[in-house]
Amino acid sequence: MEMNQYMSIFIDEANDHLQSLNENMLRLEQSPEDIGIVQVIFRSAHTLKGMSATMGFEDLASLTHEMENVLDLVRNGKLAMSGPIFDTLFKGLDALEAMVQDVVNGGTGKRDVADLVARLKAIVKGEASPAAGAGSPAPAATAATNASMALDQYQLSVLAQSLESGYQAYYIEVKVREDCLLKAARAYMVFDALERHGEVVKSHPSVQDIEQEKFDRSFSVYYITKTDEATLNDQVGRVSEIESVQMTRLDKSSLAELNPESRKDPASEAARETAAAAAAQPAAAPAPSGAAETPAARQAAPAGGGSTAPRTIRVDIERLDSLMNLFSELLIDRVRLEQLATEVRRNDLTETVEHMARVSGDLQNIVLKLRMVPVDTVFNRFPRMVRDLAKSLNKKVDLVVTGAETELDRTVIDEIGDPLVHLIRNSVDHGVEPIQDRQQAGKPETGTVHLRAFHSGNHVFIEIEDDGRGINRPKVLETAIKRGVLTAETAKTLSDDEINMLLFAPGFSTADKVSDISGRGVGLDVVKSKIESLGGHVSVTSTIGKGTKFSIQLPLTLSIIAAMLIKLGSEKYAFPLSSIVETASVKREDIRTLHGTRMVDYRHSLIPIVSLAELVDSPDYTENGEEETEMLVIRKGDKLAAVLVDEFIGQSEIVLKTLGKYLTGISLVSGATILGDGQVALIIDPNALIK
Amino acid sequence: MAEELKVVVFTLANEEYGIEVDKIKTIERMVPITRVPKTPAFVKGVINLRGVVVPVIDLRGRFGLPETEPTENSRIIIVSAHDLEVGFIVDSANDVLDVMSDAIENPPEVVGGVKAKYLSGVAKVGEDRLLILLHLAEVLNKSEIIQLEQFGSEP
Repeated sequence: MEMNQYMSIFIDEANDHLQSLNENMLRLEQSPEDIGIVQVIFRSAHTLKGMSATMGFEDLASLTHEMENVLDLVRNGKLAMSGPIFDTLFKGLDALEAMVQDVVNGGTGKRDVADLVARLKAIVKGEASPAAGAGSPAPAATAATNASMALDQYQLSVLAQSLESGYQAYYIEVKVREDCLLKAARAYMVFDALERHGEVVKSHPSVQDIEQEKFDRSFSVYYITKTDEATLNDQVGRVSEIESVQMTRLDKSSLAELNPESRKDPASEAARETAAAAAAQPAAAPAPSGAAETPAARQAAPAGGGSTAPRTIRVDIERLDSLMNLFSELLIDRVRLEQLATEVRRNDLTETVEHMARVSGDLQNIVLKLRMVPVDTVFNRFPRMVRDLAKSLNKKVDLVVTGAETELDRTVIDEIGDPLVHLIRNSVDHGVEPIQDRQQAGKPETGTVHLRAFHSGNHVFIEIEDDGRGINRPKVLETAIKRGVLTAETAKTLSDDEINMLLFAPGFSTADKVSDISGRGVGLDVVKSKIESLGGHVSVTSTIGKGTKFSIQLPLTLSIIAAMLIKLGSEKYAFPLSSIVETASVKREDIRTLHGTRMVDYRHSLIPIVSLAELVDSPDYTENGEEETEMLVIRKGDKLAAVLVDEFIGQSEIVLKTLGKYLTGISLVSGATILGDGQVALIIDPNALIK
Repeated sequence: MAEELKVVVFTLANEEYGIEVDKIKTIERMVPITRVPKTPAFVKGVINLRGVVVPVIDLRGRFGLPETEPTENSRIIIVSAHDLEVGFIVDSANDVLDVMSDAIENPPEVVGGVKAKYLSGVAKVGEDRLLILLHLAEVLNKSEIIQLEQFGSEP
């Protein structure tokens, strides 16, 4: 059987389930009594097990199976959650994650889980009655059996309750004609007719399968309604190409007959949910009994009320990337067309081009939005990480996440994870004090680390703030001098902020002890360079005894930027507009030389002059012969510099392209772009011009 | 059993060289090249290959052969191998040949001024035609470029 096409679905869903397991386990740890959460966890675990078994990952399935057994006892109230059980379950989750990761990397997902399985078994046997132990594998064992028309407890109780409150319950079997062309459409019409008069409790095959025509000729539903049988028969019978409709009225006794089968049901239900994919996210707990529709039924009848599940599809990132590439081609043509239009000067042409520019502007927004991902995809692993960290350090730490829905470009999201891990570890390890110290300082035992994300202008900010001991500046200075990061002389001239920034200096670490969590002194400078390579910026503020705040500023997108195009003899270069303060011109006699550096007076302060021609070894231009030279004033942090150039061409939206992997380590150039005439222009990295 | 190897034949300083067909993406005529500063001399710059920016190197310069001005026959061979996409400027590219793997011999120390480590073998084609096969991994080796760069930046 061809498994590859299902592999990506498996991986995506397995990750989703693992994430939901992690989150809910954390929630459960906070409120161990909440059986509702256990149910959610159980369903996730169960689905995961079914999926793994189907895909042939035996170890994954067997470990999940054991975890599920433990959870089964818990949800049936036969076992109370306790610290060791949590730890074992978390260990199990880690193992599962590692296995799924192995599968992602093309491995077989095999791993020695005997130890964990044994421990889980011990929990089941040791702390629960033998009867429960024997009973629990039952739902699991039936996972593989074909899910037929079985109802779970919930659906049964819905049916029973509706009977009591005067509704009628039916088991309806619908057969479509053999020559029916659009079975799914007919089935939909039947559902539609049914939904108008009552509610479908359950259908077989699932609604998804029916929608995709994955049924032979007949399908059946459990249905509750107040309408009488004849009307229903008439309504459903009106749908053309339906061969027969068989209605069986259900009463309490027939319901009771269905009941024994219910043992089977969580399994079949979970298996079906796998097919239902995003719509039936197990994270979404079953709706309270008011809404009797299954999530699947809700999807089939969007008009039928409360359809809240967002309709999404999964798209290969590569496709998005090629869409982006094609779009940037279009953008290049647009710029070219605009040039031509200004040359040709024909009104109708100009109008068309202007209209096209507007449309492509909208298109650009949509294409860019497509690539936006909520930072939650990165943030969601941190609660678990902080929990484990705090435990291993014997600290109590709360992680408060806000703004997880803030969106960022995918490329940024992919890269930002590691730096954030580092900063959060740093906050938990070095920021938040041990419990005793906190008590002495009159602070609550539990430290708090805030992780915030928010939009501001064209940037996204991510802040990590702890209420710990703060940065001990004298000690930072002492260490920096000792490590040779700076001299004692310069140390005296530094402002508080500059001292804080020393934390990001290469080869710097203030931790007295080197722990395995952070403090190898290789961390923060890597964080800084990574963030800067993303076009971002990191800063830190701190009050001693109160806490420390790291603030990361990131660009919204890395793909399209506004730039200033300049000419240097026959060559063209682009400067990101974000770093340009002003364009101006400078007369030769205004350039002064101080200590061998050329400076120019700019708004009452002297700023250094950088000759772009010299930096790029321009073959056919030098500003030396000119009386008056154009200059760009650029900014890095609070430092300014004047860049001498030949001529300004103008502002333009440019599409960032990399120079490819072959040309790396050219610090002066951050990328390239393709101009309207098809030529490549290099994008200068202003940060490399200011030392 | 000897396998058949399809190679694209190009010339460089009157010698014939070959690169396996499946490593080659396209062969282009000369196009305007944008110079990239602070790169070794044999890196000619980057070109726009239908919306993708591709670096281009002069194979003559890469092998330490004397560089010449491009002519009407000059071609850029876009090679895609080892995760890299690079264009090679060659004197001309005009043939695709089948080479039997048993006709390939280990290269001698130096062939036509090119060091043996850049070569994977020499194939005899027909009666008196010799085809020098390139060892792409070495030609594209970046660590050597870094050394060259450092060398070049010394005063």
